Amino acid sequence: MIAHWIAERCTNCGDCVKACPALVFDQAPDRPVIARVEACQTCYLCELACSADALYVAPEMDSAQAPPVADLIAAGLVGRIRHDSGWNDPFDAGQLDDYRLLGPLLNQGVEIATARYEARVSPAPETHPQSVATA
Amino acid sequence: MSDVLIIGGGMAAAWAAIAAAEAGARVTVVDKGVMGTSGVTATGGPGHWWVPPDPALRGEAIARQNAKAAGLGDPAWMERILELTWRHLPTIAPFYPFGSDGRGGKFINGVRGPEYMRALRHFALARGVTIRDHHPALELIADADGRVIGARGVALRDESEWTVRAGAVILATGGAAFRSGLIGAHACTGDGHLMAVEAGARLSGMEFSLSWSLSPEWASTRTLPYTGARFYDDRGHELDIAPPRTGHRHYQALGAAMLAGPVWADLVDAPAELHGVLRRIQPLTVAAFERRGINIFRDRFRVRLFGEGTIRGTGGVDLVDAECRTGVSGLFAAGDAATRELVAGASSGGGAVNSAWALSSGRIAGAAAAAEALGSHPGDTPAHALGQAALRPSSDVRMVDPAALIARAGAAVHDYDQALWRTGEKLGHLARTLDADWARIAAHGHARGRAQVELRSAAAVVANARWVVAAARDRAETRGLHVRVDAPETDPAQARRQLSGGLDRVWTRPLEPALEVAA
Repeated sequence: MIAHWIAERCTNCGDCVKACPALVFDQAPDRPVIARVEACQTCYLCELACSADALYVAPEMDSAQAPPVADLIAAGLVGRIRHDSGWNDPFDAGQLDDYRLLGPLLNQGVEIATARYEARVSPAPETHPQSVATA
Repeated sequence: MSDVLIIGGGMAAAWAAIAAAEAGARVTVVDKGVMGTSGVTATGGPGHWWVPPDPALRGEAIARQNAKAAGLGDPAWMERILELTWRHLPTIAPFYPFGSDGRGGKFINGVRGPEYMRALRHFALARGVTIRDHHPALELIADADGRVIGARGVALRDESEWTVRAGAVILATGGAAFRSGLIGAHACTGDGHLMAVEAGARLSGMEFSLSWSLSPEWASTRTLPYTGARFYDDRGHELDIAPPRTGHRHYQALGAAMLAGPVWADLVDAPAELHGVLRRIQPLTVAAFERRGINIFRDRFRVRLFGEGTIRGTGGVDLVDAECRTGVSGLFAAGDAATRELVAGASSGGGAVNSAWALSSGRIAGAAAAAEALGSHPGDTPAHALGQAALRPSSDVRMVDPAALIARAGAAVHDYDQALWRTGEKLGHLARTLDADWARIAAHGHARGRAQVELRSAAAVVANARWVVAAARDRAETRGLHVRVDAPETDPAQARRQLSGGLDRVWTRPLEPALEVAA
């Protein structure tokens, strides 16, 4: 859930208010206000929309608890996903150059799980027999 | 005044809007959230079914997909969506930073969700589409002949009421996820299904509604890192979990373990290459761990299953022709709101086929709705509203708690015991409970403003749960995603689609091929 709005960074551009699909923010004259925190879905998309890096979303869907802002900034976590995404970079910045690996890596995981399971259900003769009953 | 009104704000809605505008229509989009951040695409990363236009390659891909469809697919539709996806996905290039394919070209078919939906919003705006964010539709409106001529809803910001009249309406409201916590799916309460049935449309394939995604228990994420996971119980004993490729058996094993106690995932076996690039592929997945101080590849973490309802299932509003008409005059459906059995049959379309479907059905519906609307416009024709439950109670207004109704309906669809070991007896019991909930909300439910939107969402969730449960009860066999432990075999005599619908009384019936031709 959205945990921090950082006053000294906010430019009051209103982009978070417009971006949130769950209408978590209200626009006050001088700042956005986290008006309905319980509606937050922890989608992080307000952070992407915030080019001032003035928002921080805590990772739990049902909790807005988070360390103090200064600690998060010191740990490099504020604005991290916007920078990781290359969200505001030019289109030729290569921010999606590894994206093609998603499918192959996902399938590699599937293959690893399959091979491991097959080895377990038909163990080599020298290994101890194991129960295959599910818990 | 609009020619085409599109309800929804995900990828199907966006592609429908773009296609309708390209066909010369004035287009208005109304979304419960925000076109660009709403829905399961915006937080996801859809790969699109992607086969070059080589007849042999396409033929093989379609044959494979048709086999997976377990007797319910339509190869002609599969061919159409392959072609439309191939032709149109590259057209987002001015708005989307396509990455490298590793061979000097661009990687087109897989796109990251936030960037993709941002691109589609900008694309639609560039085509002159009017987008009204935070404008949930509550109900359709129709003329004296029953032709749908628009919709009515609430603007969430100031809780004012709005009405949009249009020559044609497209439902692109997404699948029904029953508020499972699945990321991006909060607004996917099956509102379009309810509006369609109130207008006289029918549904198809609602029994194919069971799928889950594994995630850390504190937040639903993408599943890329977990496919090779080992699983442990609370005492640190490794669990014997059938691998992901076994489909229903995998989820049964996880579900059984989770019913017995906490389950921990260990990614020690994850592909080594993933460690370095996960952040560059899915920054949001990394954040879910990093912000809790967890090293995803080193530390074990507790997991659960998040229900995906009809989103990764295939059921939805039935389509009666090749232009995505619903059978109700003036009303079209696209994307996950529509049945995807035509391209995925009884099995999940997964991300790839469902994404190709959302793009293609969106474009087909958008072009057809534009053509229809440009020939007939409602003007000031007298209109009546079609909504019932949570809008116009049939008896005295009483307190109805939407959260309680949603929780019960969600449990009826997704609770491990109900869903992973479906039997006719359990489903019959669930149907009676859900009927009582429906009777209560239809008789007494009423509210205003944002509270009305939530109550109406609860009505849609309960209605969809009733259709799912009835359809699952009445398909007494196992086929694709629909697994019945009391009928574990696939029955060749039931290799046909099953329709469902109804409000106060839910009905199902097999779709006989002969009737389809006659219609």
